[in-house]
Amino acid sequence: MADHAAAAHSHAHQFDDMEQQLDASTFGMWVFLLTEIMFFGGLFLGYTIYRSANPEAFREASHHLDLRLGGFNTVVLIASSLTMALAVRAAQLGQRIALVNYLVGTLGLGTVFLVVKAFEYHHKYVDHMIPGLAFQFDGAQPMQSQMFFVFYFAMTGMHALHMVIGAGLLVYFILKAQAGRYHAHYFGPVEVMGLYWHFVDIVWIFLFPLLYLIR
Amino acid sequence: MTHHVEPKKMYFAIFAALMILTTVTVAVAEIDLGPMNVVVALVVACTKATLVVLFFMHVRHSSPLTRLTVAAGFVWLVLLLGLTLSDYVSRGWLPQPKGW
Repeated sequence: MADHAAAAHSHAHQFDDMEQQLDASTFGMWVFLLTEIMFFGGLFLGYTIYRSANPEAFREASHHLDLRLGGFNTVVLIASSLTMALAVRAAQLGQRIALVNYLVGTLGLGTVFLVVKAFEYHHKYVDHMIPGLAFQFDGAQPMQSQMFFVFYFAMTGMHALHMVIGAGLLVYFILKAQAGRYHAHYFGPVEVMGLYWHFVDIVWIFLFPLLYLIR
Repeated sequence: MTHHVEPKKMYFAIFAALMILTTVTVAVAEIDLGPMNVVVALVVACTKATLVVLFFMHVRHSSPLTRLTVAAGFVWLVLLLGLTLSDYVSRGWLPQPKGW
């Protein structure tokens, strides 16, 4: 028990000091994010190729996305990145209450994003725009337009899955922060959580113009 | 410990810049610029992503190793997109855009 309490205030035994430990965890998280860049990169590449091959069908299909909801979600997600960045700052300064509040704010905004996304998905379901046997599209090239929705659901679906995982992680961090686990000498996990959250934000920064805005 | 704590003002300034860029990209999408619409949308998105990486993700003050890792990620992404698309384009597998 005493060992555990001490561990919260000093670096793990394999590191020289706390700064090296923080650098190592930041580096490790970025290596993971690199695999994520390549993962989403493959989806972006596939989308670019199919969009270039079927420009008219993709344009027609993209007109069925709600620009206002997409724009609203962009604002919500960027705001959640701000609260996440402020949460990391509060952790660096050892402000426990502020840290908890900013994390709760981030979780709240992330939840708003997911709820709006769920309404968008439901709307597509009602309109028979989910790819599959029930897909119906009133356009010149319905099969090619269906490809747009395959990419739309694959890309925003993978993004939403990342958001759900991020929201779950935030709940864990809120509980730990409330218990006073993080302070000015130990905030590495919050910093790494922030890196993940901002990365998911960046993916949306590209998804929004590519899916909603190019018409 | 020698970590860098940024002033709150900096985070709000970056947030404001991101909001302005979002407004710009939505406004430009309403105007028909032909193929330039895609270019503007991607330039704005890249600018926003760079702001988030440098300021929100603290890469500005990260160790050289971390900065190298971040740069490697984007170089590899450019290779993935660039080499594949150059193959498609040079083989004539994609239709020519209008006006070419």
